[in-house]
Amino acid sequence: MYLLKLIVRNAFRHRLRTALTVLGIVIAVLAFGLLQTVVGAWYVGVEASSSTRLVTRNAISLVFPLPLTYEQRIRQVEGVRIVSRTNWFGGVYIDKRNFFPQFAIDAEPYFQLYPEFRVPPEQLKAFLVDRKGCVVGRKLAQIYGWKLGDAIPLRGTIFPGNWEFVVRAIYEGADAKTDESQFFFHWMFLNETLKQSAPRRANQVGIYLIGIANAEAAAETSRRIDAMFRNSLAETLTETEKAFQLGFISMTEAIVVAIRIVSFVIIVIIMAVMANTMAMSARERLPEYATLKALGFGPQFVRVLVFGESLLIAGLGGALGIVATLPVVNMFGSVMAKLFPVFHVSTGTLALQVAAALVIGITAAIVPGARAARIQIVEGLRAIG
Amino acid sequence: MNDSAVPMVLIEGLTKSYRRGGQIVPVLTGINLTVAAGEFVALMGPSGSGKSTLLNLIAGIDKPTGGTLIVDGLDIATLSESELADWRARNVGFIFQFYNLLPVLSAYENVELPLMLTGLSGKARREHVLTALQMVDLTERMSHYPSELSGGQQQRVAIARAIITDPTIIVADEPTGDLDRVSAAEVLGLMDRLNRELGKTIIMVTHDQRAASQARRLVHLDKGVLLDNEMAEAVKRDS
Amino acid sequence: MAIPLYYVARNLGARKVTTALTADGLALVVYVFATVLMLDAGLRQTLVGTGQWDNVSVIRRGSDTEVQSGVEREHADIIESQPEVALGPQGERLISKETVVLISLNKRGSEKPSNVVIRGVDTMGLVVRPQVRIVEGRMFRPGSSEIIAGRSIGGRFTGAGIGERLRFGMRDWTVVGHFDAGKSGFDSEIWGDADQLMQAFRRTVYSSIVFHLADAGAFDAVKARLESDPRLQVEAKRESVYYAEQSEQLSQFIRYLGITLSVIFSAGAIIGAMITMYSSVASRTAEIGTLRALGFRRGSILWAFLLESLLLGAVGGVAGIAAASLMQWVSFSTTNFQTFSELAFSFTLTPGIALSALAFALTMGLVGGVLPAARAAQLNIVDALRAA
Repeated sequence: MYLLKLIVRNAFRHRLRTALTVLGIVIAVLAFGLLQTVVGAWYVGVEASSSTRLVTRNAISLVFPLPLTYEQRIRQVEGVRIVSRTNWFGGVYIDKRNFFPQFAIDAEPYFQLYPEFRVPPEQLKAFLVDRKGCVVGRKLAQIYGWKLGDAIPLRGTIFPGNWEFVVRAIYEGADAKTDESQFFFHWMFLNETLKQSAPRRANQVGIYLIGIANAEAAAETSRRIDAMFRNSLAETLTETEKAFQLGFISMTEAIVVAIRIVSFVIIVIIMAVMANTMAMSARERLPEYATLKALGFGPQFVRVLVFGESLLIAGLGGALGIVATLPVVNMFGSVMAKLFPVFHVSTGTLALQVAAALVIGITAAIVPGARAARIQIVEGLRAIG
Repeated sequence: MNDSAVPMVLIEGLTKSYRRGGQIVPVLTGINLTVAAGEFVALMGPSGSGKSTLLNLIAGIDKPTGGTLIVDGLDIATLSESELADWRARNVGFIFQFYNLLPVLSAYENVELPLMLTGLSGKARREHVLTALQMVDLTERMSHYPSELSGGQQQRVAIARAIITDPTIIVADEPTGDLDRVSAAEVLGLMDRLNRELGKTIIMVTHDQRAASQARRLVHLDKGVLLDNEMAEAVKRDS
Repeated sequence: MAIPLYYVARNLGARKVTTALTADGLALVVYVFATVLMLDAGLRQTLVGTGQWDNVSVIRRGSDTEVQSGVEREHADIIESQPEVALGPQGERLISKETVVLISLNKRGSEKPSNVVIRGVDTMGLVVRPQVRIVEGRMFRPGSSEIIAGRSIGGRFTGAGIGERLRFGMRDWTVVGHFDAGKSGFDSEIWGDADQLMQAFRRTVYSSIVFHLADAGAFDAVKARLESDPRLQVEAKRESVYYAEQSEQLSQFIRYLGITLSVIFSAGAIIGAMITMYSSVASRTAEIGTLRALGFRRGSILWAFLLESLLLGAVGGVAGIAAASLMQWVSFSTTNFQTFSELAFSFTLTPGIALSALAFALTMGLVGGVLPAARAAQLNIVDALRAA
């Protein structure tokens, strides 16, 4: 089509300017995608939540434990299928910077509750018979070069002392969204050790993880559990796993919001650049638009020329930016593996990137397009630009 | 004023060619020309004859490919680029077809511009600028910008700028090319005064017959070669 | 430089829309850069102001924070008996034995919880922390279920306003006062009677011991003695150092993220500046030729255009800093990764930050303008004049 030919040729008239503009858009779309992915990584816990899992914690805060005696009583509650104990260990592996989550768990119910952590059966058996054994995620093992049989020393902070565990199993995540950077060991081992070293802290559980039969019963079951322990020494707060994870996110909400806002700032910056480019190009071509109108092409034709060019450039930049996003995210993810165990681009992010490129292309063309459409033939022919 | 025995411009065997693609395109071939101090010369010829190129070489904004080019006793073909720049600042005044004033500077500031290359103080510069503006009769409009001046007024500002450093030669490339009859006459009258009263050597490229008649000597070029008067007449008849 | 400055400046003003758009892009980048640095400075200021140089914090060895730490009563007595502990006017030892826990409170108007520090202090608690003053209501009565809340907490969390009640440890606690801790971390805390809180939480050990040094230089001696004492398993730090360390991770995170973002964004703004400057050179080709003909050197032309883009950078920089300075009215609160508790701080603009931001802006202008300026300087006089 003639129009298309004109648009393409016009876009590449000023090769340097077009190239720079496209580069700018590539950077913007890329940065935008990266930031949205960072925000997404924050929500990994929420994404991984199951609607049939509940979390029971001490109502005061996570810092307070629950008595071991609660376990039996929770198991009796109607609708509860599985109950597992979990204590956050928070130890240090050599250096404080080597952060990864460590949990003392009640192994059998735990892995029933989390089928997405796939442990090879023989390894699981080896773990169950070794009280000092540990199960680590595949990504974690990769980062630190751990193999089955390796001894892993941890310096306790909440539970002081030097602890040592032996890698008996390496789990794989069921899909790309599963966190493979976790470290599990036996709750029994923690408790035995505490009974010796700090008896007053023994027989205490950090949180209870509960599997229910029926997702619709979540609210009802939570209420029942909490009612059971009301007005006792350790009142409980039971909520869905999703609500629990969202609670964590809301704690650093300000940062997440800030990153979200900033990701849009880069789009605005590039919009200014793009608008500038289109304004300059359109201004220089006013005599040409006037000529076209003199020849009989209507104002809409001219406006479409401007929009077409803007969308072409934005589209090109957007496409290249999206293509570049995946390798950049992978690179970023491997460098920041300790901070973001799960880091991948969601389809939502890709859709937003496309939208961003479109918005950039359209907004940059509005004013120049209107100007071009409105230019009076005589005025335009006289303008030297 | 110079000793009239020593020419202002002495050109011998001057050649200029460009490389275009892989080929060498000759623009000027074997030019021999002498211009005495205080002369008012018009260079004429059809387009493509090389007259503008010759003017550029004399003005020191282009370098010859071969031959000698001596202006006011100095072989400018041997000067380095920065030496040429300094030489131009002191010795050459420019008048262009489209005035070439800086749009963001007022008339006063445009005239003052060449003086920024000298060490003069603001006060001293002011004196010179006012004198030049008076000469071209534009003192009332000195704070106006080029966009606020007519073509003729802009060219007069350009002329003031061309004489502000008291240069030895003035080169003009189609000075009346963009002007109406009245303004053109004004500008030519000014240039005439510069030549007669201030003794400035003026070399002008022009198509305009009236401008040519203002000059006191005509030099014709065609296809890069200087013509003598007979050939010039022949060319004129054929065009 | 021979070419006058007003020529450079006026050329920027001649193309208003282009200059405005380009400067806006630069300003936004500078705004992000400055704001991030301001946030980090605000964080640092808050935590540094939280401790005193001549106070000593003692926690259990190996614990990173007070919340994880436990110090037995007998051990606390040993610490109290150290000769370096300062004495008050009535001969009382200026030492505060504290219990620190986190409670989950909901922000007003939303269901979103946050962990807030509850610090049980004894009567010496306020004395060893002179920056803390009651600004509304009154101090809690020792032995009662009364508590006071930091200014930052009082307004933002349900139940923390004066007269309101919080329920934990099977008791209702009434908020009887608000305190101002000089914009330090204590502003994000709730304080109560240590013994009462320990009873309510069934704790028998303290979290930390804080005492004032009679002589600030005596720190090393008492630290060495406490840490080598076989009966104790403790770590002693100057209080200000302890709190400064609490912000390390968060501070690093903010800085790395912020600077990475600023660098990435600056690429966009630099491209904008480049496009603008290339266009500036292109539209003034005849002028450049004229200037060169008049005798101005290539160097002057280069400088004139470089200066133009530097000026563009400066305009963007000033605008960005001005916008960032408005952030000083905004307060920021988040959970500190290290302590797992709520911390409120603000954006602090220092002269150093303003200068860094300006330097950043000028650098962007320079990088964006160098290639176009080089192109302008390289133009051939005759070709340039032909563009007229």
